[in-house]
Amino acid sequence: MTTDETVAAVVPDFGDDDADRKIAFVCSKGSLDMAYPALVMASGALEQGIETHIFFTFWGMDMINKKTMGNLHFSPVGNPATHMPAALAPLPGMQAMATRQMKKSLEELEIPDVPSFLEHLSDMGCHLWACKMSVDMFNLEEDDMTPLLDGVLNVSDFMEIIDGAQTMLV
Amino acid sequence: MPVTVIADKEVHIDEEGFLTEFDEWDRDLAIALASNIGIDELTEEHWQVIDFLRSDYQEQGETATLRRVSTVGGIPTKSLFMLFPKKPARKMSYVSGLQKPAGCI
Repeated sequence: MTTDETVAAVVPDFGDDDADRKIAFVCSKGSLDMAYPALVMASGALEQGIETHIFFTFWGMDMINKKTMGNLHFSPVGNPATHMPAALAPLPGMQAMATRQMKKSLEELEIPDVPSFLEHLSDMGCHLWACKMSVDMFNLEEDDMTPLLDGVLNVSDFMEIIDGAQTMLV
Repeated sequence: MPVTVIADKEVHIDEEGFLTEFDEWDRDLAIALASNIGIDELTEEHWQVIDFLRSDYQEQGETATLRRVSTVGGIPTKSLFMLFPKKPARKMSYVSGLQKPAGCI
């Protein structure tokens, strides 16, 4: 078989018929390095035409709190993946430096900051939910959170909405 | 890469059916490719996306992602989902005779 063999026309299978696929991410962390994995995966899911939901809870509320969402931090403390000597990680200024470095790397790859990322996901049809218990716990008002949210839900209601979804806790 | 005939033109495609040679594409081919995937008419808005993707590819050497089409090409993401339903990144690349975007965002 030669590489230039003539074949019948192939049309890519874009899987338009499997419309039932659903995915849900539970974001429970508020550090910069824990915010991006779910955002990037959600974006990939939406690009694949998959119904996508994100539920923000506990420290994940920082990703949708107007005061903090544009200013998440990355801490090298307790994170062996930074390959930094453990004794150096807690030094003053280290967190700021690590955060700056990570933001720079993200920018170089043209990856948007968290607020723009959420906007991008919302434009793609992503459903964004805030956890009722966390809203109460952190005394948040609707106005304290990004207007991109679809709403505030308790866990039972969220479970109902994501019936049949693949679910990931971040 | 295998050769096939689309809209009376011989073109090279990969195993999924995406065109592999930038210069083998033309506008008639785009119309045929679009119709293959259920897009019966290419409107002005479709052509705007296709033209951006092709010129951006020439400059960058890779297919623009949805976000790039929106931030650099100025075409809102929401519109892309209407023009190329469900899987706009793949569908717009296919119709434009390009490979799927390699970037995640």
